[in-house]
Amino acid sequence: MYDIENYYNASTIEEAVRLLKEHPDTRVISGGSDVLIKIREGKMAGTSLVSIRDIKELNGITKKENGDIYIGAGTTFSHITNDPVIQENIPVLGEAVDQVGGPQIRNIGTIGGNICNGAVSADSAPTVFSLNALLRIEDGNNGRTVPIRDFYLGPGRVDLKRGEILTHVIIPAKEYQGYHGNYIKYSMRKAMDIATLSCSVVSKVNTEKNILEDVRITFGVAAPVPFRCEKTEAALKGQEISEKLYEMTEQSIRQEINPRDSWRASREFRMQIGGEIAKRALKRTIELAGGDRK
Amino acid sequence: MIKDKVLVRCVVNGKEVAEYVDPRESLLDMLRNRLGLTSVKKGCEVGECGACTVIIDGETIDSCIYLAVWAEGKNIRTLEGLEKNGDLTRIQEAFIEEGAIQCGFCTPGFVMSATVLLERGEVLTREAIKKHMSGNLCRCTGYQNIVNAVEKVMLEQQETEGV
Repeated sequence: MYDIENYYNASTIEEAVRLLKEHPDTRVISGGSDVLIKIREGKMAGTSLVSIRDIKELNGITKKENGDIYIGAGTTFSHITNDPVIQENIPVLGEAVDQVGGPQIRNIGTIGGNICNGAVSADSAPTVFSLNALLRIEDGNNGRTVPIRDFYLGPGRVDLKRGEILTHVIIPAKEYQGYHGNYIKYSMRKAMDIATLSCSVVSKVNTEKNILEDVRITFGVAAPVPFRCEKTEAALKGQEISEKLYEMTEQSIRQEINPRDSWRASREFRMQIGGEIAKRALKRTIELAGGDRK
Repeated sequence: MIKDKVLVRCVVNGKEVAEYVDPRESLLDMLRNRLGLTSVKKGCEVGECGACTVIIDGETIDSCIYLAVWAEGKNIRTLEGLEKNGDLTRIQEAFIEEGAIQCGFCTPGFVMSATVLLERGEVLTREAIKKHMSGNLCRCTGYQNIVNAVEKVMLEQQETEGV
């Protein structure tokens, strides 16, 4: 038996907003793979829950006419990986969330939960950052849309007020069309482990495929929140694709990231791995784009 | 404070079930304590070991981190529902043939994960099989024989389809 004080079930967004406002001591539960475990461990014991599992609008993935992709916050990791829209347009996101936990967790955990719990190690986060995603938040009135970068406030803290629900992760067409992505998770085990360090690179090459036109590099576990390497991005943009570019990436990343010591890995180790995985991920995105034909 | 029980109607191993459950209860507890389906093992209770794996609407789920009330309207399969007229399924036989059972505690969970995989009818590499089975832990560390059993049945299925 879980130590749950009260349990409310919402079947619409409006109902969820109302329940959250009426009961200020509640927490949202969706997949449950974080919340139930925290209740079991005692960290959230005695909490009251508002379930948003039965809200149909939160489920599934649609591509709008303008090319924007709307991912329902309640869509599970395995459904994202197997979704044709994702596979065709942003395969990197499907590959990234295919590295969460194990198969059973991926069948229950949701992208919305992964983002809203604010964990820096979340496997979806670096890619969602590198895709410049927008988050649609409903509050029963007009709601708001925020860039993912403004959403993470600190470890385990996100910009979600009482009575607000994340409904969709939006990947705007201009942020993914013409781009290729790659996510590398470095962890001690191949499954059922969280990232020691992770990096997602999304890049675009010119038509001649010899110049890196645009690049976005985001790290998980290199700072208290997912971290965009803006300095390195600026330095790499417009550079010719060559071995020199990859060396430059590796050096620049080690200057820019500022990971911490933890029982999982030392700062020095994360610096070493960081340069390496950013370089490898960038190289892979360029290969996917048809550049780097050596 | 939760006082009222909630009616949950679902299909378990092909039979319609209606049970009044506590909203704080896990599906694992409902299956074991109310329905007597003790193949569903209580291991870590935090979704790490996979001993409580069941199939819900065609997907493997750790029933320990799944509330019983969420089962409303779902189709649930446990190991008890696999046999037909007392005969084991091919993957269960293969577990025996390959010695993929040691203490046996993890076996029902592994068999359920393997069942979903084999029902998809795909032919996968050994590495891909391992990935699909990575949410189940065997404390006796008998992984090689478990993967052997899955691979064996997968290859058999491929041959049968080829004929």
